[in-house]
Amino acid sequence: MTWDVALILAIDGLANGAVYLLAGLGLVLIFSVTRVVFVPFGDVVAFAALSLAAFETGRTPATIGLVATLASLAVVVEVVSLVRAGELARIPRALVGWGLLPALPCLAAWAISGTAAPAVVRIVVAIALVVPITPLVARVALQPMADASVLVLLIASLALHFLLSGLGLLFFGPEGSRTGPLAEGALTLPGGFPLSAQVMLMIAAALVLSAMFYLLFERTVAGKALRATAVNRVGARLVGIRPARTALLAYTLAGLLAGLIGVLVAPVTTMYYDSGFLIGLKAFVAAIIGGLVSYPLTAVGALAVGAVESFASFWSGAFKDVIVFSLLIPVLMLRSFMARHDEEDAEEIDQ
Amino acid sequence: MNKLIRTAALAASAMALAASALAADLKVGLSVSLSGPNSSLGIPYAKGMQAALAYKGEIAGRKVQLIVLDDASDPTTAGRNARKLIEEDKVDVLMGTSGVPAAIAMAQVGKEAKVPMIGLTPISIEAADNPWVMTVAQPTQLMVDAVVERMKRNGVKTVGYIGFTDAWGDLVYNALMKAAEPAGIKVLTNERYARADASVTGQILKIVALRPDAVMTGGAGTPGALPFLALAERGFKGGVYGQHGLINPDFVRVAGAAGNGALMPTGPVIVAEQLPADHPTKKMALDFRAVFQKVNNAPSTDAFSAYSFDGWLVFADAAGRVLQGGKTEPGTAEFRVALRDAIMSTKEVVGTHGVYNFKPGNLYGVDQRARVIVKLENGQWKLAP
Repeated sequence: MTWDVALILAIDGLANGAVYLLAGLGLVLIFSVTRVVFVPFGDVVAFAALSLAAFETGRTPATIGLVATLASLAVVVEVVSLVRAGELARIPRALVGWGLLPALPCLAAWAISGTAAPAVVRIVVAIALVVPITPLVARVALQPMADASVLVLLIASLALHFLLSGLGLLFFGPEGSRTGPLAEGALTLPGGFPLSAQVMLMIAAALVLSAMFYLLFERTVAGKALRATAVNRVGARLVGIRPARTALLAYTLAGLLAGLIGVLVAPVTTMYYDSGFLIGLKAFVAAIIGGLVSYPLTAVGALAVGAVESFASFWSGAFKDVIVFSLLIPVLMLRSFMARHDEEDAEEIDQ
Repeated sequence: MNKLIRTAALAASAMALAASALAADLKVGLSVSLSGPNSSLGIPYAKGMQAALAYKGEIAGRKVQLIVLDDASDPTTAGRNARKLIEEDKVDVLMGTSGVPAAIAMAQVGKEAKVPMIGLTPISIEAADNPWVMTVAQPTQLMVDAVVERMKRNGVKTVGYIGFTDAWGDLVYNALMKAAEPAGIKVLTNERYARADASVTGQILKIVALRPDAVMTGGAGTPGALPFLALAERGFKGGVYGQHGLINPDFVRVAGAAGNGALMPTGPVIVAEQLPADHPTKKMALDFRAVFQKVNNAPSTDAFSAYSFDGWLVFADAAGRVLQGGKTEPGTAEFRVALRDAIMSTKEVVGTHGVYNFKPGNLYGVDQRARVIVKLENGQWKLAP
């Protein structure tokens, strides 16, 4: 291996790591607030990429129908629970929040599909279209059982993954798609190494979004509410933070991250209906390195996973994924030696 | 889905029975992947078979019934379908399917029940183990030999290989190794990647660092486009060669400009209209195109529907000879044995992919006439003689 090969691999690893970083942030965010390991995260990524590809080829993505169906289900669930609780006055608000709001991106997507809308509009609409999927799925399937144990929630979220990836196959077919490049051109580093604009965009997106996350958690009330819920659900409730509200915020933010990842990776990798799962799984390795709670450690883990993956593909292409997932073993051993045993705390349940 | 097709097929066969109650009809049982991940191959297979039925629906005065079942891209279901076709529908011949493992499963059932099977994909079994199966597809070695010949002609001395981690990658690599040594070509690498991988940058860097004259890829379908994209990104100047697994409109779509200039082998049907007038399969290939267009209201752009058509032609030729012998009736065990023997003695049957000659102890029935080298130019396959 020469220096230039190492540098190219490092840049490739950095670009992969940026994607895992964003996905890892989403997973940690959802887990810390709701105790759900959100496995379908990767599927939402694939939906964003494939919806964008559908716009580019002039087709109407079936994602519109999915969001509309989920929204109507969520409205029914919400109205039934409000009627049961006798809070009829809140029904109009639920209709607007769960029905009308998700319908807006559907309408936008329907309006631009088949037309030669500018690339920026397509990208924004593709992201907006998939953002509601995460909170809607969570409202319909996960919120009614929010008090269940971590294991039950994990199994429910696995089931959701299989459902969504099956729907992905139905909607987009078994063949993969690529979308047009987001940014053309390349920068030549000193020494003559090309650094493509697409890679720079991915790294920049990861940096900017991480910074925005930091500001959100440190400077805003909503961010502080998220942190409070993550630290102690009962305590947060006692000071007037509603867990269902913060969970909704966490799911929506994660959906936004998933949409962004989808449009970022679609031009550089061929996306299939099930490609998202592997992205989610590798981000999960990164999140485990961060103990599923720490954002900075997750970021470090994501970059490590990206680098290991890139160099492993050079040394031994066939064992690339084996090497990446083997990272989990030393990490888990180290964590279990260092962790103070607080399983009782982790199982603390309240809504 | 499955049930619907069966009902439709049963209704059709009932009507056909009423129409010709005099002599027993011939029955063909087709099991292909109409759903699931292999459906991008299975649906063309089924459409090609419908075209074949329209082209030659009557053999020696007997009607032919086609019964189509969906195996949902699952080898277990394919085996179950084969059993159903044999036991319930009493078919005279089995055909299928869109995956190698599923085709092997069907052939196993055919062997047990002593029903001949015409495979539409390459089948990797020993011909001696199962004398009831033969296939119209080209053997991988035949195709890779053509690639190596072309490399030699283009002055390639060293070649880097990158392929799938699965059986397909092995099959192409082994064929390449076998052909390259006598041709004096050195294979420098054996890099692998999984179908689901997002990037092959590492593997390609390793290949490019060794500076081979050319790169051979062992992938299929859209995932097969990854090495082409990575090589283009690295500015690789040598030739890039593929194989017939990449002759697929989805590969062309995903590879885009990176696939330009790639050379690969395929059956001549893909470039039928560009073939010289004296090419043995040109006329049949053009006939197939016309009848396919008429039946399915769409042009045929893939190789798979043509395999179905060829399978039907081989069956029609053999069944014609058995019926003219006049000794046995369709639907009986004697007829199936006679049909197997007739297929195994097929001589110079012209199909769309090649000219078929089967003999016992050999799964494959095609020769050099069943392959041409094509070049991808701006999204179109061009014959590269």
